Amino acid sequence: MKLLRMKPGHGEIVLAEGDVEVPAQEQELIEAFRRELDAGMWAAVPSETAGGRREAELVKSFAEVPRDAERVIFFPRAAGGAPGASL
Amino acid sequence: MALALGTGAVVLVVLVWELMRPTLAHTLARARHVWALRTSAGAGSYDPGRERRAEQRARALLRSCVDEHDWSMYRDLGFLRVWGALADRNGGEGAAYAYLIYPHKPIVAYVPDTGELLNEYCVAFPDDSKPYGSSRLPHSDDVLAKWMALTADERRLIGEANMHLPGRQIDPERVCRDLARLDRWEQQRAQRSKLGRHGNVRAA
Repeated sequence: MKLLRMKPGHGEIVLAEGDVEVPAQEQELIEAFRRELDAGMWAAVPSETAGGRREAELVKSFAEVPRDAERVIFFPRAAGGAPGASL
Repeated sequence: MALALGTGAVVLVVLVWELMRPTLAHTLARARHVWALRTSAGAGSYDPGRERRAEQRARALLRSCVDEHDWSMYRDLGFLRVWGALADRNGGEGAAYAYLIYPHKPIVAYVPDTGELLNEYCVAFPDDSKPYGSSRLPHSDDVLAKWMALTADERRLIGEANMHLPGRQIDPERVCRDLARLDRWEQQRAQRSKLGRHGNVRAA
């Protein structure tokens, strides 16, 4: 499993990577996960429905992440309002 | 004689030192200033390729998350359509409403059957750590963040957004043109797919 974070001026960076079946690596993943949530990030797990449609799932704790998930993507939490330029 | 010469030499050295001191001090200060500028420039210098590389990474990530149809839509048209899921539980094609996601622009809700624009949802994902001086994600990361939040928890994202009537930030005519482009694009894609299938049948 990889924990990725979107970053301005860079694109995504890999925060942690490991096998959830290996306790030490899982612990590292959990700690990295908590750090990001504490920093105010949202965490999403990209997935695919049984019908083949791609979607994502927002998770609030590491326990909610499916064990077979390949990636968790962190991104800054949504805030209302956007720059005012017109298209 | 030797004493006089020695004294004269010492006086000469002192005089020369006194004359040179302001110039030396000035040169040293300038060298320090230039060094400081170079050091700070190395740490946070403008890199014209950084944003482009960031966007390339973001596009690759977006492509790996959405399906092929959506990726092609974004690549060809510059926006993504997400079907609304709150009105009917299934969502998906044929939903009562849908959203257009533009990079760093409000999300636009509309009625697919009529093309009527419903609302603009102003939402951003500012990264306050500003790693390279900006809090804005690359364009494709912004689109992916909106897509993930909408498909995962539409109600939550819409709840966080500021809702406005159409036309507040995005020109409604522009959106109507985009909807027409989307329609044409999907028709052409369907035709190509049909032709491809016929071709395969003939080849078989």
